[in-house]
Amino acid sequence: MSFPVLSAILLAPVAGLLILLFIPEREELTIKIVSALATLVSLVLSVAIYFLYDSSQGGLQFCEEISWLPEWGIKYSLGVDGISLPLVLLTALVGFTAVFASWDIQRRVKEFFIFLLMLVAGIFGVFMTRDLFFFYLFFDMAVIPSYLLIIIWGSTRKEYGAMKLTLYHVVGSAFLLVAIIATAIYGAKALGYFTFDLYSLSQVNFDVGFQKIVFFLMLIGFGVLVPMWPLHLWAPDGHVAAPTAISMLLAGVIMKLGGYGLIRVALWFFPEAAHYWAPFIALLSLVNVIYGAMVAMVQRDLKFVIGYSSVSHMGYVLLGVAALNTLSLDGAVAQMFAHGVMTALFFALVGNVYQRTHTRELARLGGLAHQMPRVAAGFLLAGLASLGLPGLNNFVAEFLIFLGAFGREDLMLGGSLAFRTVAILAISGIVITAVYVLRIVKNVFFGPPLPEWEGLSDVRGVEMVPIVVLGFTLIFFGLLPSLQINMIDASVAPIVAKIKAAKAIGGIF
Amino acid sequence: MVNFGLLYMEIATAALGLMLLAWGLLVPKRERQGIAYLTAAGLLALLALAWCTRGAAGTVLPGYTIDLYSIYFKSLFLTAAFLATICSFDYVAKMGFNQGEYYALLVFATLGMMVLATSGELITLYLGLELMAITFYILVAYRLDDPKSAEAGIKYLLLGALSSAILLYGFSLIYGTCGSTVLREIGKRISSGQADFALLLGLIFVIAGFSFKVTAVPFHMWAPDVYEGAPTPITAFLSVGSKAAAFAALIRILFLGFDNQAFLWLPLVTVLSVLSMVLGNLVAIPQKNVKRLLAYSSVAQGGYLLLGIVSASLLGIGAILYYAMIYVFANMGAFMAATAFYNNDRSDEIKDYAGLARRAPLVAAVMLFSVASLAGIPPLAGFPGKLYLFSSVVARDYSYLWLALLGLLMSAVSVYYYLQIVKAMYTGNPAPQKGALQVSRGMEVAMLLVLGILFFLGIYPTPLTNYAFKAGETLFMP
Repeated sequence: MSFPVLSAILLAPVAGLLILLFIPEREELTIKIVSALATLVSLVLSVAIYFLYDSSQGGLQFCEEISWLPEWGIKYSLGVDGISLPLVLLTALVGFTAVFASWDIQRRVKEFFIFLLMLVAGIFGVFMTRDLFFFYLFFDMAVIPSYLLIIIWGSTRKEYGAMKLTLYHVVGSAFLLVAIIATAIYGAKALGYFTFDLYSLSQVNFDVGFQKIVFFLMLIGFGVLVPMWPLHLWAPDGHVAAPTAISMLLAGVIMKLGGYGLIRVALWFFPEAAHYWAPFIALLSLVNVIYGAMVAMVQRDLKFVIGYSSVSHMGYVLLGVAALNTLSLDGAVAQMFAHGVMTALFFALVGNVYQRTHTRELARLGGLAHQMPRVAAGFLLAGLASLGLPGLNNFVAEFLIFLGAFGREDLMLGGSLAFRTVAILAISGIVITAVYVLRIVKNVFFGPPLPEWEGLSDVRGVEMVPIVVLGFTLIFFGLLPSLQINMIDASVAPIVAKIKAAKAIGGIF
Repeated sequence: MVNFGLLYMEIATAALGLMLLAWGLLVPKRERQGIAYLTAAGLLALLALAWCTRGAAGTVLPGYTIDLYSIYFKSLFLTAAFLATICSFDYVAKMGFNQGEYYALLVFATLGMMVLATSGELITLYLGLELMAITFYILVAYRLDDPKSAEAGIKYLLLGALSSAILLYGFSLIYGTCGSTVLREIGKRISSGQADFALLLGLIFVIAGFSFKVTAVPFHMWAPDVYEGAPTPITAFLSVGSKAAAFAALIRILFLGFDNQAFLWLPLVTVLSVLSMVLGNLVAIPQKNVKRLLAYSSVAQGGYLLLGIVSASLLGIGAILYYAMIYVFANMGAFMAATAFYNNDRSDEIKDYAGLARRAPLVAAVMLFSVASLAGIPPLAGFPGKLYLFSSVVARDYSYLWLALLGLLMSAVSVYYYLQIVKAMYTGNPAPQKGALQVSRGMEVAMLLVLGILFFLGIYPTPLTNYAFKAGETLFMP
C-alpha cells in the first residue's frame, strides 16, 4: 500500500494538537511554531498531490479505505477528485496562513491553537471523505471549536455572534442529518445492504418524490453554510465577532462546505430534484448577489463589508450550481477556491489594520497607505480580485459561471430566457462590488494621512506570510487557470452527465 | 430444578452489598474511608466477571432468563455504579457519617436494577423495581443537613409509591386477562389483533408506571426537584441507572409480552417520546442550576431513547442499548464535573461556573465534551447513538421522517442550553479569591477515562455497536 498521503494531511493538524496538549502554557513561541509546522505539513502535501493529480485520467485518486463499521457499511475511506482537491488545497492555504494571522494572540495561546487545529482537521475531513457518515462527522466537528474560538478570543458582540453562528450551524445540520439518514435508508432498501459509501449510494435510482423532499432538506442544511439567503444571517455577525484567523477560516473555507456538499451530494444523488429546485436556487442566488452587495455598500464596519461581500460572492456559487451545466459547475468550484483565498486575504489584512488602529469603523480610518503600504497593496489586490479583474483567479471563475448560466438550455419554454435574465442581473452585482470595494480602498488607504494614525508600523516578518502566500495564489491561478479548470472539468463531467440523463421534470415555477 | 449457578451475578452483587454493610459496622468511624475504595474495587471486579462470562445463557426459572441482553445491562449498571462510587469519594467523606450504609445502598440499588433488567416475569420484575426504588428513596434524602434533600426524598417516595401502585394495577389487569405473569406466556396467549379493553387499560397503566421511571413527559414532574435535592453522585446514578433499567424492563414487556399488540402501545409511546423531546429541551433553556438543567436534559434524552421503541425493530432496540451505554458515560461525566465543582465551591449555579476552564482545565473539558456528547455533536460518542436511534425510526417508515426531523431540531435546541454552561466555564472571570479546584486523584483518572471513551467511541463506535446490537438480538431468542 502506498503512502496514505490524504490521511497524513488530515492527521497532521491532529498530531500537532496532541503535541500541544503536552507543551506548557507559557512557552508560547513553541506552541506557535508547532502549529505552524503542523499546518505546513498539510500544505506541502496538499500542494504535492495537487500537482501529482492526473487530470487526464480524472476521477478519485490517492484513495484509502479501512473498514470501520461493517454492519452499517461505514468505511473510513478517503479520496480526492477535481472537485475536492482545489478545496483541500484551499483549506491547507487558509489553515497555514491563519496560524500566522494569529501570531499576535496574547491570551490563552495554547488553548487557541488547540481549537484552531481541531477546526482545520475537521474541514480537511469533509473534503476528503467518501463516506456519508464521516462526511457528517467532519462537517459537524467545526461546531465546538468555532464556538469557543469566537467567545473567548472574539471582539464585537462575540457571545451573540458565536451563539448565532452555532445555532444556525446545528439547525442546518439537523436538516442535513435527516436527509442523510433518509438517503442511507433508501439506499439500504434499494441495494439490500447498508452503506454510507458515496459512490454506491449515487448508483441508486431515487424515487422522484423522495428526491424532491430530501434535496430540499439538504438545500437547507448546506444552504445555511453557503450562506444562502435568507439563511445567511449568521455570517456577518459571526465574522465581526470572530478573531482574524477564525474569520479567515469561516469565510474562506467553512462556507465552502455548503457549496461542496450541494455539488458532491445533492446534485450527484438527486439529478431530477436538481432540475426541480434549480429555478428556486437561481432566484435565491440572485438575491444573494444583489442584496449582499447592496447591504455591503452601506456598512460602517470594515468586517461587515467583507462579511456581506462574502454573501454576495457565494451567490455566484449558487448561480453556478443552479445552472446545472459543465461550465457553470466548473465556475462554481473555481469560485469557491478563488473566493476562499481572496476573502481570507481580506480578513487577514483587516486583522492587521485592527490590531494597529483598534478600530474597524470606516469613518475613522483614512490614508493608511502612508503608514502601511504593504497592507494597502494586499488590500488592493484582494479588492481587484473581488471585483473580477481579469488576470486574477476570481475573474476566471465568475466568467465561467456567467457563461454557463447564460448558455443554459432549458426544455421549458422561457426557461433559457429566464436564466439569461438572471445571469445579466447577476453580472450587475459585479458593478456594485466595484463601487463598494473601490470606495473602501480609497477611503481607508488613500487620501491624505490622518494625524491620528501617525507612527503606525507596517506589517513585517511572519505577518507577511498571509499576504504573500494568498496574494501569490490569486495571481498564479489567475494567470494559469488551466491548472485548475482542467482538473475540475474532468470531475464535474460525470455529475453533469447524470443530470443531463435524468428525465427533465418541470421546475418549481 | 432451579439453576442457581446462573444467578452468580446477582448473588455476587448481593454478597458485596452485605459485606460492605458488615464492614461499616465493624470498623471504627474514622477508618471508614476505605469502604469507598473497597466498593469501587468490588464493582470493578463484578464488571470484569460480567465481561468474562458474557457468553453465559440459560433459564433459571420460566420467567428469569440469563442472556446477553441482561448481561449487557448488568455491565451498564455496574459501570454507572462504579463511576458513581468514584464520584462519591470526596462528596461522602465531607458528609462525614454512615459511609458503610451509603455504599451498601448503592450496591443494593445496582442489584435491584439487575433483577429488573433480567426478569421476564411481572412479579420478579416488580421486586427488582422496588429494591431499586426503595434504596433510592433513602439515598436521595441522604444529605441530613439539607432540607432540599429531605424534600426531594419525600417527593420521590410519594410519587414513586404512586407509580408503583399504577404499575401494580396494570399488572393485575394483565394477569386478569391472560392468566399468566410470565411475559413469553402472555405473548403466546394474546392472539394478535385482539383489543381487549382491560388489556388496553393494563398496558396504559404499565407504560405510565414505567414512564415515571424513564422521566417521560408528563410523568417527569418529580425529576427536577429530586435531581436538584439529591446528593450529586446519586443524581447521576439515578439519572442513568434507573432510566436504563426501566428501559430494559419496558422493552422486555412490550416486545416479549405485547409484540402483536403494537397497534395499541405504539401511538402512546410516540406521544410520550414527542412530548419528552419537545418539553424537556424547551424547559431546560431557562434553567439556572446545573442539576436542574441536566434533569430536563435527561427528560429529553429519555424522549430520544423512546424513539427506539417507536421503531419497533431490532435496529431500534440495538440503538437504545448503544445509546443507554453512551448516556452513562456522557451524563456521568457531566455530573462528575458538577460534583468536583460542588466539593470545592458548594454551588450548583451556572453563573458560579465562571472561569472554571482556568481554575480546572480538566473538569471544564469533561463538562464540555460530556454535554457535547449529550447534544450529539461529533466526534463524540453521542453522535453515532443519535444516528442509530433516528435511523431506526426512519427505517420503520418514511412517514416518520417528521419525527426524526423534530427530534434532531430539538437536539439542536439543546445545544443552546448546553452552551450556556460552556460559555460560563470558558469566558467568565473567576472570583479573585478562588484558586485552582482540588480534585482527588481517583476522580481525575475517572474523568480522563470518560473523556477517552467518549472520543474513542465517537470516532470508532464499532466495538460497542456490535456488542449492543448482538445483545439486542438475544432478546428474541427462545
